[in-house]
Amino acid sequence: MRNLINIMDLSAKEIDGLIETACDIMKFPEKYERACEHKILATLFYEPSTRTRLSFESAMLSLGGQVLGFSEANSSSAAKGESVSDTAAIVSGYCDIIAMRHPKEGAPLVAAQTASVPIINAGDGGHYHPTQTLTDLLTVKREKGTFDNLTIGVCGDLKFGRTVHSLIGAMSRYEGVRFVLISPEELKLPRFVKQQFIKDKGIPYEQSTQLEEVMDRLDVLYMTRVQRERFFNEEDYLRLRDSYILTPDKLKSAKEDMIIMHPLPRVNEISVEVDKDPRAAYFRQAHNGKYIRMALILKLLEEAKA
Amino acid sequence: MNIDSIKNGLVIDHITAGKSLQIYEMLKLDLLDCSVAVIKNASSRKMGKKDIIKIDSNINVDLDVLGYLSPNATVSTIENGVLVEKRHISPPERLVNVIKCKNPRCITQTEQEIKHVFLLTDREKPEYRCMYCDTAAEKTV
Repeated sequence: MRNLINIMDLSAKEIDGLIETACDIMKFPEKYERACEHKILATLFYEPSTRTRLSFESAMLSLGGQVLGFSEANSSSAAKGESVSDTAAIVSGYCDIIAMRHPKEGAPLVAAQTASVPIINAGDGGHYHPTQTLTDLLTVKREKGTFDNLTIGVCGDLKFGRTVHSLIGAMSRYEGVRFVLISPEELKLPRFVKQQFIKDKGIPYEQSTQLEEVMDRLDVLYMTRVQRERFFNEEDYLRLRDSYILTPDKLKSAKEDMIIMHPLPRVNEISVEVDKDPRAAYFRQAHNGKYIRMALILKLLEEAKA
Repeated sequence: MNIDSIKNGLVIDHITAGKSLQIYEMLKLDLLDCSVAVIKNASSRKMGKKDIIKIDSNINVDLDVLGYLSPNATVSTIENGVLVEKRHISPPERLVNVIKCKNPRCITQTEQEIKHVFLLTDREKPEYRCMYCDTAAEKTV
């Protein structure tokens, strides 16, 4: 059974295929409106995530399919102590495909071991969030027209920011890419992520603690939120929360065609004044999420049939 | 120091110095009835110092455990006082239920029945990471 647990489960060619399908869906939505008729998506969300869940549900409904599921652990059998593997095995009988979000790292992989339908990892703690990365890639492609020869700046929480790790992994497969890593010392990119995706591949990169210093060379600025839920210690969270706040003033030295991305929700790391800037791509990015998820559901259901 | 030679049994040699007691424990050699000799800090031309374990019985040892704790060890099988086989150990690609993930955010901490699986991610070091959460196993050396 084909699942999507980690973005690296997909080859660059497969990602290109998904992006192509997503763009086709945007252009000709009517072609796809009955593509998943009589198919059911189960959204098993053990922690709340409005945007991701609604985006999955909207994707399936737009394909003519149906959805069922739960949006927090308290309203599921998990509250009675049922294991993830048992839930996955049982729910497989009620649906054709599962999107799972869980606060524990590796939970969707555990589910995939007992499920008899494809599992999509919709975020497992601070670990992976592959459909966010697909959304990010679709956004880069639509906004910049290419993945090659781009300088990608990632800013904020690079330690716990799972979207950053996956984005770096996925982008590291394209020609001429450079990375600029902007974070406070405490939230630097983990050594093994840097080794695996940047150093081992000989990709040029630089590190900085000052966003303004590197702004002028970025083609893409990917901002992240310092997430309260990833800290055990409230004091550390409060201290690091306001490390980088993007304002129109800081954008003065940025390229005219740079794009600003953010996986959302934001807290205060991008000032609302930036929203008016045409380079702010984060709302367009959030809309892209639905279409790439439609393409993914189609692909996995197609492969499950074969 | 003299230790009787083995007639039928195993000699685990070239163990990284200091690792023998951990291997003794993880291979559950304390449960054996036969003689077991643990030699620490024996001199070695290649390694400077090494540990050796001699087991006076032809038991099956878990080579994954051995490969994880001491990837350069050798296991010699002795039958009727003659060396019949010498196996060179290497780090296993996959460790199942040998070590546990210590990441409090890992699903293995709450999903009690699942196997703890670690995958070899760097053969040179060697380094293992949890299959579920990618957390590195604590260094053994």
